[in-house]
Parts: sequence; structure tokens; C-alpha cells
Amino acid sequence: MKKIEAIIQPFKLEEVKEALKNIGIDGMTISEVRGHGRQKGHKEVYRGQEYNVDLLPKVRFDLVVATERLEEVVEAIVTAARTGKIGDGKIFVYDVAEAIRIRNGDRGDAAV
Amino acid sequence: MQIEFALLLPAADDLPARLNALEAAAKNAQSAGDNAWMLTSAALVLLMTGPGLALFYGGLVRRKNVLSTVMHSFIMMALITVIWAFVGYSLVFSEGTPFIGGLKYAFLNGVGKEPNADYAATIPQGTFMIYQLMFAVITPALISGAYAERLKFSAMALFTTLWSLAVYFPMAHMVWGKGGLLNAYLGGAIRTFDFAGGTVVHITSGVSALVCALYLGRRKGYPSEPIKPHSMVLSVIGACLLWVGWFGFNAGSALAASGLATSAFIATHFAAAAAALGWMGAEWLHSGKPSMLGGISGCVAGLVAITPASGFVKPMPALVIGLLAGLFCFWMVTTVKNMFKYDDTLDAFGVHGAGGTLGALLTGVFATNLINDSPIGGKVIPLGLVDGNAGQILNQAMGVGIAIALAAVGTFIILKVCDLILGVRVSADDEEQGLDLSQHGEEGYVLEA
Repeated sequence: MKKIEAIIQPFKLEEVKEALKNIGIDGMTISEVRGHGRQKGHKEVYRGQEYNVDLLPKVRFDLVVATERLEEVVEAIVTAARTGKIGDGKIFVYDVAEAIRIRNGDRGDAAV
Repeated sequence: MQIEFALLLPAADDLPARLNALEAAAKNAQSAGDNAWMLTSAALVLLMTGPGLALFYGGLVRRKNVLSTVMHSFIMMALITVIWAFVGYSLVFSEGTPFIGGLKYAFLNGVGKEPNADYAATIPQGTFMIYQLMFAVITPALISGAYAERLKFSAMALFTTLWSLAVYFPMAHMVWGKGGLLNAYLGGAIRTFDFAGGTVVHITSGVSALVCALYLGRRKGYPSEPIKPHSMVLSVIGACLLWVGWFGFNAGSALAASGLATSAFIATHFAAAAAALGWMGAEWLHSGKPSMLGGISGCVAGLVAITPASGFVKPMPALVIGLLAGLFCFWMVTTVKNMFKYDDTLDAFGVHGAGGTLGALLTGVFATNLINDSPIGGKVIPLGLVDGNAGQILNQAMGVGIAIALAAVGTFIILKVCDLILGVRVSADDEEQGLDLSQHGEEGYVLEA
């Protein structure tokens, strides 16, 4: 099993959700987060006082999939979330040791 | 009405009685019209403090200080009202010395349905009293823009009480009270024109704001850390309420539903519009983008500057005054404030002190008896430079100088007194936590509740 952590532009949330649904992924956790990579934020000016806002709003997807589905899922996220501009975000993939469904105790691929 | 009297009074030989009745009816009709406008104006001026100023300032502070800032405005509506009822009205409007009124109207003794012909002959003195109260309420609330986010609530209450007694009441008496030093119409030694409070309201509050900012020192983190407005939307709502309320402030200062009120209404609106354009335009050229905060700051600056001039100037000069105020105040809060690094938190000095001074001086330039033909010493005389009376600018400058001196010295002494009795600034921890929790034990936004 693999855990996919994708940090994307907030306005791409619906498109990515739709793309995952279309390939049959129905479990995911979404959080609103703030951060930056190379994008380095933007400048705001209030009555002549300049502020650099470097932590920008992003959306983070967390989902766990069976290892053989990994490439397909990553491909779906990348295609849906890409604008080609700086600030599109990143995807990180981790190994998952175990998954347990709380309701009935299912384990492994059956639980995700 | 006439038909009614004809029925009541059958005989033509009763002509004098019929004429008297007609005269009384006409007088009542005028009084009813004027009183309706003045009560409406009083309500409009209260609207400027709460929710107008409360939201304007409340949106500009950080989220952890929104309630304490809103409360600065709100508490004035209660506190100043009580002081005004006991002694305030009397100290401003009863006859006394050129510097402060007497105690004739203390506890509102004799202030009721009968007009006071010295000030407003067609409305009950009670109406005049409640209208003027709303000015006394908003003036100290304006100062809160400079001490927001770091003044103790207890010190704020004591400061405001002493400031009203020692700065506002004397200044208002000098300009508007009978026999006041600067009152052009009621026997002042130095004739100055201040239609709705350029010196009384805006210079006193603006200069006092600067003294507060300097005395308290900068907020923790200013100017190195970002301290952004937490809700520009609240500020826009507040500023627009100020704009609307200002019609009561300026047009109401005609003290009658008259042509002069219309003229002041127009001048007020025009100045606000031109100043909003001026500030936003300057900002656009200077930093590349026109901002909403620039727009509302500009409109308030224009409203401030037109305040003393509103009942004396034609519409085109009103546009000029507004435009100059927008540009001048923009320069004050961006360039001058950053040059000296004082923390005038919400720019009470940069907008009210600077805009009020500019407006008071320009009143001396543009005031004309074509707009305001109220007699001075029994006859209509030239008013400002445009009427050929260049000396008026000097008189206006003297009024400005007295207001600045009184506000600066008075505020400094009062702050010292408050500091000795209560301490004025909250502890560093309380400031970090935010005044809402540390001073009031509540929060402005509890989203999980």
C-alpha cells in the first residue's frame, strides 16, 4: 500500500476530486493548509506599508491506495491539478505498513 | 390650515387675531420641519460612531483586537452621554468666559422644548442639546485609532472622561459657545469659521491621537512584522456608514432644514468623492495598484477636510478641497509616518489631524457670503479670500494653532495622570494575547461554537 500526499492549488480541488472519482477512488482526506515552495508568495500594501505574504493557501489530499494502483492515481492527480504555472504544488508518496477499517477490522488492501 | 381658521374665526372684524393665529401656524410649521431634520441629523451623527467608526476601525485591527477596538467607539456612546447630561452641555453652550462656559445648564436645567435663540431659534433647545452631544461622542472615539491594540480599558475610560472635560468642552465653547474666543457669530475676539467641527472635532482628536501614539510607543512587532487589517469588508461597511452619517454632521450643522443645509450636503458629498479619487489615484501611481483601503481612507480624509468649510463654500471649491485632502493625507500616512516611524495605528492623526488642519485653512480661502449670508455684527461681510478677505486665512491659522496647542498639552498631561493612577499600556503578555481576551474575556469570532 502507498500513501499519496498531494499539495495543490485550492481552485483545483473540485477537478482533482472528480478525476479520482472517475477512476474509482472513493476514500480521501482533504485539508486546507498554507505553505510555499519556489513560488515565494506575493506583496500586499496597506496605506504604504508593504507586507510579503509568503505562506499561501493550498489544499492537501491524503489518500492510501493499493500499490498496483499508484501510477494510475498519481497520473490522474497530476493531469487534473496542472496549470503549468509556478505554484501548482507537489505530490509525495510513502510506504504504508498497515491499514485497518475500524468498523469491521478489515486489514490491508481490503481496508483502503 | 387657512380654511380651518376661517371656520374657527367667523367675523372679519377679528382680523388681528386671525393674523396672529396664522403667524403662529407658520412658525409651528417651520419648527416642525426644522425639528424633524435636526432629530434625523442627530441620529445620523450617532450612526457615525456606532456602527460607522466602530466597524471602520474594527476591521483595520488584527482579529484578536476587534472587540476592544469596536468597544472604544461603543463605550463613548454611553460614557460621554452621561458626562454631557451632567455638565458637558452647560460647559460648552452656556455663557461663561471666552474659554469655557458656565454651569447655567448643568444637569440640563432649563433645557427643554423652548428654543435657545442664540443658537437655533426654530428648534427646541433639547434637540440642539442632543444633536451637539453626538459630536462630543464621536470626537474622543476618533482618537482611539491611535491607541488601538495596546491601551488598557480602564485607562481609556479615565482618559476619555478627563479629555472631554479639559480639551473638548473648552474647544467647543471657544468655537461654538456664546462669547467663545473664536466664535465669529456670537462675539468672539478672533473670528474663525468652523461650520461643523474642523478644529473642534478633527484637529483636537487628530493631534491628541499623535500625542497618544508617541506617549504609548509602538505596538510589539511594529513595523517589522506584518500587522494587517483583519477584515477589509468590515472597514468598507464602516466607512460607507461614516459617509452617510456625515450628511447629518455637516448638513445638520445648518441647524435648520434650509438651503444652507442643502449646500452643506452637496459640498460634503463632493469632497468625499474627489478625495477618494485623489487618494486612490496617488496610490495607483505610487505603488502600482489602487486599493479599497485607499479608497475609503481617501473618502474619510475628504469628509474631514470639508467639515469646517461645508457651510461656506460652493460645489467646485468643495471638489478642490476634497482632492487636496486625499493627496495630502495619502502623503501624511505613507511618507511622513514611515519617515518618523511613529505608530499611529489606524492613522487618526494622518487623516483627522492633517485633513482637519488643511480644511480649516482652506475654509479661509474659499468661504463666501454667496453661500452663507448669516450676518456678523449685524451685517453680511466678506468671508474668505474669494470674497476679498485674505486676512481670514490668518484668523483660521490662529484657530488651528489654539486647537493644536490645547490638544497637545492637554492630552500629554491627561496621559501622565492616567499613567500615574492606572498605568496606560497593557502588559507585553496581554498585548500578545490580544485585548479582546486580556481586557474583556471574550472573542470577536468563535467559529467552532
